Amino acid sequence: MLRLLFQRLLVSLLLIFLISLFVFGATELLPGDVAEVILGQSATPEAVANLRHALDLDRPAIMRYAEWMLGLVQGDPGVSLVNQRPIAELVGARFANTLMLAGITVAISVPPALLIGICAAIWRNSVFDRIASIGAVAVMSVPEFLVATLAVVVFAVNLGWVPAMAYATEITSLGQLVGSFALPILTLGLVVASQMIRLSRAAVLTALQEPYVEMARLKGASHRRVIWHHVMPNVVGALVNAAVLSTSFLVSGVLVTEVIFSYPGVAKLMVDAVATRDMPLIQTCAMIFAASYLALATLADIVAIIFNPRLKFQ
Amino acid sequence: MSLVQVENLRVTVPRELGEDLTIVRDVSFEVPKGEVTALIGESGSGKTTIALALMAYARSGCRLSGGRVVMEGRDLLGLDKAQVLALRGSEIAYVPQSAAAAFNPGRRIMEQVIEPARIHGRLSDAAARRKAVELFRSMMLPDPETLGDRYPHQVSGGQLQRLAAAMAVILDPKLVILDEPTTALDVTTQIEVLHAFKRLIRDFGTTGVYVSHDLAVVAQMADQIVTLRDGQVQEIGRTRQVITAPQSDYTRRLLAAARPREVHPDMAGDARRPVLEVINLVGGYGPAGADGRPYKTVIDNVSLAIPAGSNLGVIGESGCGKSTLARMIAGLLPATSGELMLDRRQMPLTLGRRSRAQLKDVQILFQMADTALNPASTVEEIVGRPLTFYHGTRGAARQRRVLDLLDMVQLPGRLLHRRPRQLSGGQKQRLNLARALAAEPRLILCDEITSALDTVVAAAIIELLADLQKTLGLSYMFISHDLSTVRAICDEVMVLYAGRAVEHGPRSALGQEPYHPYTRLLLSSVPELDPGWIDRVGRAVQSRQGNIGAAGAAGLCPFRSRCAMRIAGCCDRIAPPLRRLAKGAQVLCHHDETALWAGAGARDAEGKGTAMPALPQRS
Amino acid sequence: MSVSEASARSRLLFARGGIISRGWRISWACILGLAVVLCWLGVAVLGQAIAPHGNGQIVSPDSFAPMTGAFPMGTDYLGRDMLSRVILAARYTVGMSIAAALVSSFVGATLGILAAVMPGAVDSVLSRLADAIIAVPNTMFALVVVAALGPSTPVLILTMAAMYAPGTLRITRALALNLSQSDFVQVARARGEGTPYIIWREILPNIIMPIMTDFGLRFVFIVLVLSGLSFLGFGVQPPAADWGALVRENMLGLSFAAPAVIFPALAIASLTIAVNLVLDNLPTRIEEE
Repeated sequence: MLRLLFQRLLVSLLLIFLISLFVFGATELLPGDVAEVILGQSATPEAVANLRHALDLDRPAIMRYAEWMLGLVQGDPGVSLVNQRPIAELVGARFANTLMLAGITVAISVPPALLIGICAAIWRNSVFDRIASIGAVAVMSVPEFLVATLAVVVFAVNLGWVPAMAYATEITSLGQLVGSFALPILTLGLVVASQMIRLSRAAVLTALQEPYVEMARLKGASHRRVIWHHVMPNVVGALVNAAVLSTSFLVSGVLVTEVIFSYPGVAKLMVDAVATRDMPLIQTCAMIFAASYLALATLADIVAIIFNPRLKFQ
Repeated sequence: MSLVQVENLRVTVPRELGEDLTIVRDVSFEVPKGEVTALIGESGSGKTTIALALMAYARSGCRLSGGRVVMEGRDLLGLDKAQVLALRGSEIAYVPQSAAAAFNPGRRIMEQVIEPARIHGRLSDAAARRKAVELFRSMMLPDPETLGDRYPHQVSGGQLQRLAAAMAVILDPKLVILDEPTTALDVTTQIEVLHAFKRLIRDFGTTGVYVSHDLAVVAQMADQIVTLRDGQVQEIGRTRQVITAPQSDYTRRLLAAARPREVHPDMAGDARRPVLEVINLVGGYGPAGADGRPYKTVIDNVSLAIPAGSNLGVIGESGCGKSTLARMIAGLLPATSGELMLDRRQMPLTLGRRSRAQLKDVQILFQMADTALNPASTVEEIVGRPLTFYHGTRGAARQRRVLDLLDMVQLPGRLLHRRPRQLSGGQKQRLNLARALAAEPRLILCDEITSALDTVVAAAIIELLADLQKTLGLSYMFISHDLSTVRAICDEVMVLYAGRAVEHGPRSALGQEPYHPYTRLLLSSVPELDPGWIDRVGRAVQSRQGNIGAAGAAGLCPFRSRCAMRIAGCCDRIAPPLRRLAKGAQVLCHHDETALWAGAGARDAEGKGTAMPALPQRS
Repeated sequence: MSVSEASARSRLLFARGGIISRGWRISWACILGLAVVLCWLGVAVLGQAIAPHGNGQIVSPDSFAPMTGAFPMGTDYLGRDMLSRVILAARYTVGMSIAAALVSSFVGATLGILAAVMPGAVDSVLSRLADAIIAVPNTMFALVVVAALGPSTPVLILTMAAMYAPGTLRITRALALNLSQSDFVQVARARGEGTPYIIWREILPNIIMPIMTDFGLRFVFIVLVLSGLSFLGFGVQPPAADWGALVRENMLGLSFAAPAVIFPALAIASLTIAVNLVLDNLPTRIEEE
C-alpha cells in the first residue's frame, strides 16, 4: 500500500510540473503582449522593444521559465507587470481572505450535507430522499452565478436580510461580519453541499447493497444495527473521499462568487489580472489554484487508498 | 409432524410501468420436523425466493403478496417487523450460497459468528465463543481455538462455508435454510463441507431446507424433495421414491440430465492421423525467466494427441490451467515453449503467424455464452461473418447457409434477425456452436461450455455435439470440471492438476483402479445419485489443506503437498516419471502399479480409513 | 396479456410512469426534458425569425421594465426587449456549446479508442496527457487561455473542447479496453480478424450509446463554463451576447430583482436541467422475463 501512496504523490508532482509548463506556455502564445497593452496608443515598435527589454521579456523562454519556477518555489513570484508591485504582496492578504471564505464554507456546509446524504440513502425513495436528490441535482446543474443571483434576489432584495456586497475591510461588528459574509458563503456552501450530498448518498447506497448487509438482516439485525455496525465502518473512507472531492469544487466556485460579491480574494485578483493581461500575476494565481485543486484531488485519492478494505488487511 | 407449512405462497415483482410479474405462484408444501427437505430446480425456478420467504424475507424489488407460511401455529407473513426480526437468526437461520460475500471483510470472523447471540441477547459473549469453538471443532476446521481471530479473506472458501454454517446454528435454531451452499466450491472441497453439514444436522436434530440444482448432492442430504419450475411445484415426494420413480415429467428430465448417457461415435479415432498434437507445451503469464519459463507458469509440460473424429476430455478443478490450455491451443495466449501440430504440420504458437486455414480449422467455444456474442450484431451477422471471412460466401448464398447452420444446431430460422439478448441461455450456446461450425473446422475446443447452463439444457447441448460429430467428422477437446459430462462424450480423458497432466488414458481407464492419487481423490469426491453414498464413503479421503501450488522448478510433482501417499525425501526432491499402467493409462507418479493398487485401500496420512466405492455401471 | 405483448401490438400505451411504445419504456421526466431541449434548439435555429424585435433595437424608454404583455420578459438596461435578446442569445449559448461538445466527443472518443487498441507508448502518452488536462480546474484553464489568446469564438469553442475531450478519452478508453477483453472480441481475434475490423464492427457499435450519453454530459458542463466565462466578461463579447453575457450586462438590475437579470439565468438553468433530466431517465427496453 505504501508503494501505491508513493506512486500517487509522484504522479501529482509530475502533474504540477506539466501544469506549470502549460501556464507559462500560455504566455508565449500571445500574439500581442503586455508591453503593447501597457503602451496602448503610443505603441511604436521601438517603444515596445524598449519596454520589453525593461521588463525582461526578451530573454529566451526557458530561462524565464526556470527563473519563474525557482522564484515561485522560494516564495518570490516576481513583480506585477501592470503596477510594478511585488506579486507576493498583492497575493498575500487576499490569499488569506480566500482561505477564510473557503474554510468557513467547508466547515459550515460539509457536515450538514454529509448528514443529509447519509439519511437520504438510508431512507431511500422517501420524500426526504426525493427532495434532497432533486435539490442537489438542481444546484449542480446550474451555473454558480445563478445560485449567487438567486441568493441575492431572495435574501438581499426580497427579504432584505443582508447587504448584497461584501466589504471585508470595513467590519465593525459581528453582525456586520456575518451580514457581509453570509451571501458568498451561502452561495459557495450550496455548491459544495450539493456535490457532497450526491457523493455521500451514492457511497452509502453502494455500501447498503453489499451482500454482507443482507446477511446481517437475515441474522435478525435491526435496521439501526445494520447501519451502525456494518455499513458505517466500511463507508468512512468513501465519505472522507467524497468530502475532499466536493471541497475541490470550491476552486472553481470561488471565482464566480468573489466576482459577484466583489470579495477581495485571490480569485477576484486573477480575474482582474486577466482583464489587464498581467501575465505574471495570472500565472501565479493560476498556479495557486491548480496546486490547491491538485492537492485536494490527491488527498482524496490517498484517503481512498488508505481506507480500501482489501488493502487494509494485508 | 411438520414444523412449517407453506400454503399457496405467491411472490411478485411490482413494476411502475405495466403489470406486476409473478415469480412464485401458488406454492404449497410441508417441512417435516427433524428432516431435511430439498427445494430443487434450475435457475429461475424460484427456489431461493421461496427459501427466503420462509424467513418472511423478500429481496428488494420482490413482494410477498399472497399465501401463508405457518410455523408452530403462527403465520410468519402476518407478523410485524419486530417479531420477524426476533425470529431470524434465532429460530430460523440461513446459510448463504456464497459465504465469502456474506462475511463483512472489515471484521473478524468470531465477532460475526457470535453476532446472532448479541443481537438476540440469548447467550453471553463468553458462552457464545465457547460454543462457536465447539462447532468449529465438530466441523473439522483447522485450529478451532484461533480460527475466529482471523479476517474472512484469510480463510479458504470451503472453510468459510462451514463457518457460515456455524454462524447459523449458534443459537440452536429450529429451522436451518441452506441455499446452494456448495455450488461455488470445487468438488474435492464440496465433499468435506457436505460431510460437515450432514453431521451438524444429525447431531442437532435440526429441521433443514436445502436448496440446490444438483440432484446428486440433494440425494445425499435430503429426506424429502420438492421439484420446482418457473415458480411452481412440479412434484413432492420422499427422496428415494423421487429418484427411482419420479412422477412428473420435469423431474424425469432432471434425472435424465444428471445421468448423461455415454456416446460412442461410430467412427473410431485413427491414432495414426491425429488432428491435433501438443508437445511439451509450457506457458503462463509474465515475462520469461532465465530458465525459459514464464513468471507464473500455468501450463507445465503438457502433451496430448487427438485422433481425427475422436474426443479428448480435460478435467481438473479451478486453477489447474485447463482454460489456459485451450486458449494456448487457440493462439489467444501464446505459449512460451513447446510445439503444436495441426494435421501433422507445424502450427505457430502465436495467432499472427498462423495461416487462414489453420485459423479456420481450430475453433473455440467459451463458458459464458452471452459474453461470447456481440450484443450489437444480429444472428445472421454473427453466423454469417465466418462464412464470408473464410469462404467468401456473401449475399443470398450466405443467408441460405446461415439458415442451414441454424437448422443443424436446432435453432429456428425466424431468429435470423434477432439480437443475442433476445435468446435464452441454451439458444445462445447453440448460436456459438453454429458460428464455430460455419468455419467448417476440424477441431472445436469446448471450454466448460455447459458449466453455466442448467442441467437439462446442458444435456441437450451434449447430445447435439455428439450428433454433429457423427455427421461432420469433427473432433472435440472437451474441458470441464464435471466428470459425468466428460465421461459421456469423451474417448480419452486427461486429468490436469496445477498445469500438469497427472493421469491420461482412455475412457475405460477412468472407471478402473489403480488411479493416480489425485484422480482417486477427485473421483471419490463426486456425489452420486445414491442416497447412501456419502455415508459409505465414510470420512472424506483426506486432502491436507493446501491450495493448488505450482509444480515449481525441476518438474516436481505438483500434488505432493496434498498427497496421502507421498514418499518423504523422494516426492519433494525428484521429479516423478511418467508410468504406463496395464489399464492403458499414463500416470505421473513415483509409485509403481502395485503400490498404486495398494494405495486404493491404504490409510491416508492422518490414519483415517478410506473406502473406495466401486464405480457403478452406466447403462 | 402481458405488458410486452401489449406494447408490441399497439403503438402507444399510456401508463402511470410514462409511455410504452414498441418495446420501450419512456418516462415522463425524459419526455419533459426532451421537450425543453428541442424547444431551445428550435429557438436557436430560428433566431431572428421568431424574435419580436430586431437585434439591438431600443424599444422602450424604460430600463429594467417589469414583465408586461408587450415585453414578456421586461426590458434590459438600455431599454431593449429582453425576450428578443434571450432568443438571439440562444444561438450563441446553444450553438457554441454544441459545437464544442461535438469536437470534444469526437476527438476524445477517437483518441480513447486508439489508446485502448494501440499498445504501450501511445496509450501511456495519451493517458498522462489526459490526466494532466483533467487536473486543471476548468474555469481557471479557460481564463488563462482567454487571457493569452483573446475571447474570439473559435478560441472559446476550441478551449472548451480541449478541456473536456480528455474526460471523453478516459471513458472511451476504459470502455474499449473492457470490451477488448470480452469473449466475443477474443472470438474475433481467434478467427484472425484484423484490428480495424474489430474496432469498427465489434467495439464501436457497443460504445456508441455511452459516448452519446457522455456527449450530453459534456454539453452540460460546457454550457455552464461558457456562461460562467461570459458572465466574467471573458466569453462572448459585445455587441454579440450569450445568456451569460446577458446576465453580466444587466447585473445592475440585481438589486431590484429585474426580470432582465433573472430570465437569461433561468434560460441557462432550464437547458442544463432538461438535459440532465433526459440523461438520468433514458428510455429502457422492456425485456422478456
